[in-house]
Amino acid sequence: MIKINKKISEILTQHKNEIFEDWLSGQLASVSLRLDLVSETELRRQSQEFLNLFVTASLSSNLQDINTPEWDGVREYLTSITYSRARQGFSPTEIATFVLSLKHPLFSHLRELSGVNSNDLIDMIWTATFLIDKLALLSIENYQRGREEIIKRQQQELLELSTPVVKAWDGVLILPLIGTLDSARTQIVMESLLQSILDTGSAIAIIDITGVISVDTLVAQHLLKTMAAAKLMGAQCIISGIRPQIAQTMVHLGVGFGEVATKASLADALAESFKRLGLAVIKPQARG
Amino acid sequence: MNTIPILKLGEYLLVSIQVDMHDRLALQLQDELTSMLVKTKSRGVLLDISFLEMVDSFMGRMLSNIAAMTRLLGAETVVVGIQPAVAITIVELGLTLPNVRTALNVDAGMEILRRLVDFSDQKGGYECQQE
Repeated sequence: MIKINKKISEILTQHKNEIFEDWLSGQLASVSLRLDLVSETELRRQSQEFLNLFVTASLSSNLQDINTPEWDGVREYLTSITYSRARQGFSPTEIATFVLSLKHPLFSHLRELSGVNSNDLIDMIWTATFLIDKLALLSIENYQRGREEIIKRQQQELLELSTPVVKAWDGVLILPLIGTLDSARTQIVMESLLQSILDTGSAIAIIDITGVISVDTLVAQHLLKTMAAAKLMGAQCIISGIRPQIAQTMVHLGVGFGEVATKASLADALAESFKRLGLAVIKPQARG
Repeated sequence: MNTIPILKLGEYLLVSIQVDMHDRLALQLQDELTSMLVKTKSRGVLLDISFLEMVDSFMGRMLSNIAAMTRLLGAETVVVGIQPAVAITIVELGLTLPNVRTALNVDAGMEILRRLVDFSDQKGGYECQQE
């Protein structure tokens, strides 16, 4: 095994420049080349840097495990390339190809080696394949992680954006809900509603579900929970903005809001809350 | 061992829980509150729990028990000042406290209590009139 490793690192060191040129031209000829995202000089720089680190790491005669300290530099550099490419919008295939395309130039130099029996050659190819595959998998993993971070950040932003509580009148709060209601969002909605009830001393909270895409049993249950908590705080809830289709689906599903008042539009709900507060909207009398 | 003061305010009783509740204290409160109700012939109980930061299922049940007991004794209960975190906990525990009337603060609670007592006066049986 050590003999094989040594041989590979020798070839890498001796033929570094040829391998680099072959690799680069291979990348430039490949269908997964994205010159629109990464320029040729940039690609040349990245490839050169990666190959330098790769060759240095291979001198350690450890080509089996890339999690050892000798491979730290390679892993870090590959991670940084992958992250920047993931942000630029590369596809997973294009990112993996960067490393995988190193196989062809490396293997052709192994073949040109003289005085090696076929068993050793196969061993060498196997070792090299294994190593490069591991690096490719690492870059895919990093790509995935980069994408997940983006998704997580966007989810967080969405959560923060989507739960405003509006004070409509003295003692009347409006909570316009938009999108889908899952348990995580319900939690945030509930907390911000209850805090606003406490802060403003409101007696009525209107939950407007005009923007809620669909109301199934789960969503209804989340809403019921929110209303039960608001009731415990001493505020009455009115649900408004139930669209005709939603009313139909809710009846078909057998979902209901119990004794809570429901209104078709926000205006109706506001009128209802004025009535409960003993307020009236009147036209100023025309001046004679 | 600390006790929870029960204050008589006109025809109402005012209970403000300002210490950490534990189960024994809760039972003691039930005891004292019911005997106080009978003794003072009060019409309503205002239970202020705005200092309570934690509730468990036992406390939730105690709130409904107190409400049910006062009703049996011919009075009404309003619980006021439930904190957001407490409200969420109660709901998550699956207790909706259907028989407990709630209000945001003492002011609103008093208002409800007055209305309830007036309502039960109008509806309620007979009044003894002295000739």
